[in-house]
Amino acid sequence: MTFWLVLTVNSVTFGGLLFLLSAGFSLIFGLMRIPNLTHGSLFMLGAYIGATFAIGVLGVKFNFWIAALLATVTVAMLGALAERLLLRRLPGDQMAQVLVTLGLSFMAADFCLMVWGGDPLSVATPAELAGFARLGVLVFPNYRLAIIIIAVLVAIGLWLLLERTRLGAMIRAGVDDPDMARVVGIRVSQLFTIVFALGAGLAAFAGIIGGPILSVYPGLDQDMLPLALVVVILGGTGSLLGSFVGSIVVGFIYNFGQALLPELAYFVLFFPMLLVLLLRPQGLFGRQLP
Amino acid sequence: MSGRYTALLIALLLLITLPYWMTGVYYVNVASQILFYAIFALGLNVLAGYGGLVSLGHAGLFGVTAYATGYMLQLGFSHTTAIIFALVTGVAAMAVYAALSLRSTGIGFIMITLALGEILWGLAYRWISLTGGDNGLSLKTRPEPLGFSLANADTFYYATLIVFLLSLAAMMVFVRSPLGAALMGTRDEPRRMNALGYHVWAIRFYACLFSGLLTAISAILFVYYTQFISPQTLALTASAEVLLMVISGGAGTLLGPIVGAALVVVVKTVVSGFIERWNFLLGAIFVAIVILMPEGLVPGSVRLWRLARRQRERRAARMPAKVEAKP
Repeated sequence: MTFWLVLTVNSVTFGGLLFLLSAGFSLIFGLMRIPNLTHGSLFMLGAYIGATFAIGVLGVKFNFWIAALLATVTVAMLGALAERLLLRRLPGDQMAQVLVTLGLSFMAADFCLMVWGGDPLSVATPAELAGFARLGVLVFPNYRLAIIIIAVLVAIGLWLLLERTRLGAMIRAGVDDPDMARVVGIRVSQLFTIVFALGAGLAAFAGIIGGPILSVYPGLDQDMLPLALVVVILGGTGSLLGSFVGSIVVGFIYNFGQALLPELAYFVLFFPMLLVLLLRPQGLFGRQLP
Repeated sequence: MSGRYTALLIALLLLITLPYWMTGVYYVNVASQILFYAIFALGLNVLAGYGGLVSLGHAGLFGVTAYATGYMLQLGFSHTTAIIFALVTGVAAMAVYAALSLRSTGIGFIMITLALGEILWGLAYRWISLTGGDNGLSLKTRPEPLGFSLANADTFYYATLIVFLLSLAAMMVFVRSPLGAALMGTRDEPRRMNALGYHVWAIRFYACLFSGLLTAISAILFVYYTQFISPQTLALTASAEVLLMVISGGAGTLLGPIVGAALVVVVKTVVSGFIERWNFLLGAIFVAIVILMPEGLVPGSVRLWRLARRQRERRAARMPAKVEAKP
């Protein structure tokens, strides 16, 4: 019983992290049609930068949440920079985009190795969330519950942003029909930078708040990127609901697969994605791309 | 035209005599690596360059073939049987890839091949009872075709060179064949090709099989070269690297993938001996190539060279005109 419960809580927590990671990936993919293969690196960069601030820079030790915020902002700016300087030049050329984003991810991975070395960095759980919550006989770690709550809050926030604000309406217009959006006077190019920065920031945020659970180590980027891909392909590109459902599903498949079928864990993970690609190429909640 | 043939002849001579002027076993081995990775890149170039189908899962095919070779040898089969079985496995795996991924093109094709590659990697990594997991499979011996032992660097280099030249010749024939022309047609104008009565799907499928064959050939050379295969060979990074070879050299050209393979292998093996941060360098090179020479190194250099020659000719043409104008 406890085994299943722990597994379920872990699955939902991991799903929450995946949502933070893949919501931005999905928007970037949906709006800009860029297969952003740096997304795993942004996650890892966020984790490393956040961990560094939390451990202490130049003797100044930051509160975990402030460190997370700093990491988010730093990586969001890096993302915006990469978009402005590099990806901007390659509209519609997917092969070049793949090459540039992969090149950047090589550079980021090596940069992290150079600065932080090969040993994993453990991130301390924030003291205020170190305990456990009890519900009858059931025990839940506070920090994991907090991640779930944060993910749900971010999901609601993103939903409000996309559905209830002017910026959101412009982004949706850009996803649906970029040419027509330009015609009616929306600066799609500016939107691209905003969305890219937003996606990068969310990935970094996921990286640092996932730190206490996953720890931070070289190769984290390569572990996370395929998961984000699976989520986005399952859920459908450009769809927030799709990312959310996809993340939870992948969270469950990943954790249960690891626990029950360790030999076939990755097969179990990627097989549903393949089925979706074959039977419903636009994803479960996506619309057909033009 | 004759200039080009002279250049090719010189290149061929340099390749044949390489073990004599290249100092050290190490560099001969690097040359062998360049050659079999070039075959791999040529194979991917069939799809990515001539077919417009970018695959991010080719390392999966490469790995399956390599594992098939190793596994057959472990079961005690002869080298010939193992190689034939591995070739069949590689091409069959490509047929499955093609059947699944040719349902879409563009980004859909990238994603499906990526998923397939990841599935194969996941199986190799985790299906420990079959693949040995991270410990990998080791091969005890290299084959001895017609009694020539391939155990030392020079003989292995020559075996690789022969296979490479045959693959390159096959590639040249393919590009000039009606099938090759039709494939480029489906890349540029799939709808028109369809309207003209070509079976677009079938053309792409045959191209996939050819690509799979070249990939399998290079994988067999690879596995005999390293005499070891581990899941790392199937990772996304490996798929990415070979795609980088194709694109950096120049997709859709004959020489491009070979130059790209040389670039990547040299950075990975030789330069990494001098510079610790070679991965960073590799990444930076790719970003720079895309930004400065988006068509790839080979077509990019050709363009620059033609530009320079035209300017020289123009200057030469202007000079006598001035002389005539003076008196």
